[in-house]
Amino acid sequence: MRPPALAVEGLRVVYGGREVLHGVDLEVPPGQLLAVVGPNGAGKSTLMRALTGLVPAAAGRVTVDGRPLARLSRRELARSVGYVPQADGRSLPFSVRSFVEMGRYPHLGRWGSLQAADLEAVGWALEVTGTAHLSDRALDTLSGGERQLVSIAAALAQGASTLLLDEPTSFLDYRHQVEVGALLERLHVEPGLTIVTVSHDLNTSLAAADAVLALREGRVAFHGPPRDILEPATLEAIYDVELRLATWPGCDLPLVLPRTGGR
Amino acid sequence: MRPAFGILLLAAAAAVTLLASPLIGVEPIPLVTLLDPRGTEPAAVILWQIRLPRVLAAFVAGAGLAAGGAAFQAVFRNPLATPYTLGVASGAACGVALVSRFGIGLAAAHLPLNTLAALAGAFVAVATVWSLTRLRPQASSTVLLLAGVAMTFLFSSLILFLQYTSSLGSSYRIVRWLMGGLAAVDLTALGHMLPFVLAGLVALAWNVRELDLLATGSDLAASRGVDVVRTRDVIFFATSLMVGGIVAACGPIGFVGMMAPHICRLLVGAEHRRLLPASMLFGGAFLAACDTVARLVISPAELPVGVITSFLGAPFFLWLLLRRSGPGEV
Repeated sequence: MRPPALAVEGLRVVYGGREVLHGVDLEVPPGQLLAVVGPNGAGKSTLMRALTGLVPAAAGRVTVDGRPLARLSRRELARSVGYVPQADGRSLPFSVRSFVEMGRYPHLGRWGSLQAADLEAVGWALEVTGTAHLSDRALDTLSGGERQLVSIAAALAQGASTLLLDEPTSFLDYRHQVEVGALLERLHVEPGLTIVTVSHDLNTSLAAADAVLALREGRVAFHGPPRDILEPATLEAIYDVELRLATWPGCDLPLVLPRTGGR
Repeated sequence: MRPAFGILLLAAAAAVTLLASPLIGVEPIPLVTLLDPRGTEPAAVILWQIRLPRVLAAFVAGAGLAAGGAAFQAVFRNPLATPYTLGVASGAACGVALVSRFGIGLAAAHLPLNTLAALAGAFVAVATVWSLTRLRPQASSTVLLLAGVAMTFLFSSLILFLQYTSSLGSSYRIVRWLMGGLAAVDLTALGHMLPFVLAGLVALAWNVRELDLLATGSDLAASRGVDVVRTRDVIFFATSLMVGGIVAACGPIGFVGMMAPHICRLLVGAEHRRLLPASMLFGGAFLAACDTVARLVISPAELPVGVITSFLGAPFFLWLLLRRSGPGEV
C-alpha cells in the first residue's frame, strides 16, 4: 500500500514569537483533493507553509510520501510537493514561459539548458492550464486570473505529485474562479494529483473535495467528508457567525449563506 | 528587441569603447604605436603603460559594479538595492578616512594601506547588514535596505568627524578619494582588483538560475528547491567582496551599479543568464567611456570619473524612467 502523500502528527508551529498551530494531526492519502477552510488567522496558510518546509515545525513531524520532511533536501521536497502561494501582486519581470521553466529547477543540473523531458513538462503545464497562448507575454501584463493560472502552471512544471494552493481563487472574478476550480478537478482526475487547497468559499471548494479540514485558532475543528461539515451548529462553532444552509436543485450539497443585513 | 540582438549590440559597443578609448586623449597617439607594445617613445609608453591599463581597469570595475548591482536587485527584489545602498561604499570610505586621519606613520610599511582599509570598512558594513538578516530572518528586504541606508548615514557622520578633525592635507586626501577616480590606477591596482572581481563573477555565474528564482521571491524560490539562506549568503558576500575590491582600487564610483542592470533589463530581459553578461558589457563600456570623458573635459587636468558617471547617468536614467510607463519594468 502506498504511504500517505502527506502525514502530519502533533504539528506545532511558532511564527513571529507566537504559537500559530497547536498540535495538528492530518493524513492525506495519495490522490485526495482536500479543502482546508476556517476563519482568518486560524493557521491555514501556516499549515501550508509548514507542509512545504517554509516554516520549521517547533514540534511534531511531517512526512511526504512516507519520508520525513525534515530529512529531505529542498530540491527533493520540490520534486514531491508543488506550492502556489497567495497572490501578492508584486511585479515579476519575467515572461510567462521563463517563469514556468523556472519550475523545472529541482530537476536541472547547474549548467546546461532544458532537456526534452523538461520542455515536455513545461509544455504540458502550459497546455493543461490553458496558458500556452500567453507564453511569450510578460507576467506583468496579465490579468489577475491569467496570472494565477500561470502560477499554477509553474508549480505543475515541477512535476510534483502533490500540489498545495493557498487561496487560489481569492481576488478572482467568477469566470476565473470557475476556471481555476475546473482545472483543479481535472488535475485531480488526470494525472491524479494529491491536491490541498485553502479556500474561504465553502460552496465551491466543498463541491469538488474528497475531504475537508477546518482549522480554528490553530487546532483541527473538523476533519471528514464535506457533507458532514454542513451542519449549522458545526459551521457556527468554526466561524463564530450564524450561517444558513439552503438546498438548490442540481446541487448535491447544501449551500452556505451568511445572514446579512437582516433581510 | 530580441535578447540575442541586445547582447550583440552591447558587445559591439563594448568592443568599440575598448579599442577607441586608449587612442583618445590629450596626447595624440600615432597609429604605428599600435604595432610596438614595447616601444620606448613617449606615445608608446602613454598608450601601453598608462592608458591601456587604465581603460582595462575602468572596464573591469564597471563590469563588476554592474553585475553586483544586478545581483543585489534580484536578491532584495528592489530596484534601488545595490552594494552601495547597503553601505559597502560608505564603509570602505570610512576605512580610508580612518587611515588618512591616523595612519600616516604606517604608510611607510609599503602596504597598500588604503586598499586594506577600504576592504575592512566594506566588510564591517556588509557584516552588519548580514547579521541583521540572521537576527530577524523574517525581516523584509525593505527593512534591510533601510538598515543599509542607516549604516551609510552612520559612516558618513564618522567620515565628517574624521575630516573635520584632521589636517588640511589629509582632509583633502579623504575628499579626493571619496570622489572616485581611475587616475592612479595602474597595472598593480588592476591586479589587486581582478581577483575580487573574478571571484565575485564566478559566484554569480554559479548561481545564475538561483538569481532568477530569488527575483520571484524567497518563498517561491524555496518551494522550487532553492536553498535560499545559503544561496543568499554566497551571493551577498561574493558581491560585497567584489565591490569592496573595486571601491578599494577606484574609490566609490556611483550610479553604474544601479543604472546598468535597469537599462539592460529593457534590452535583454530579466533572466540572469543574459542580464549578467549584458550588465557587465554595459557597465564596463560605460565606465571606460566616462573615464575617457573625465580625462578630456578640463584637459590638461582631469575630473574624477565619479563626477562624470553621475552627471551623465542621472539625467539619462530619469529620462528612461519617465519615458517608460509600459510593462516589463522592475
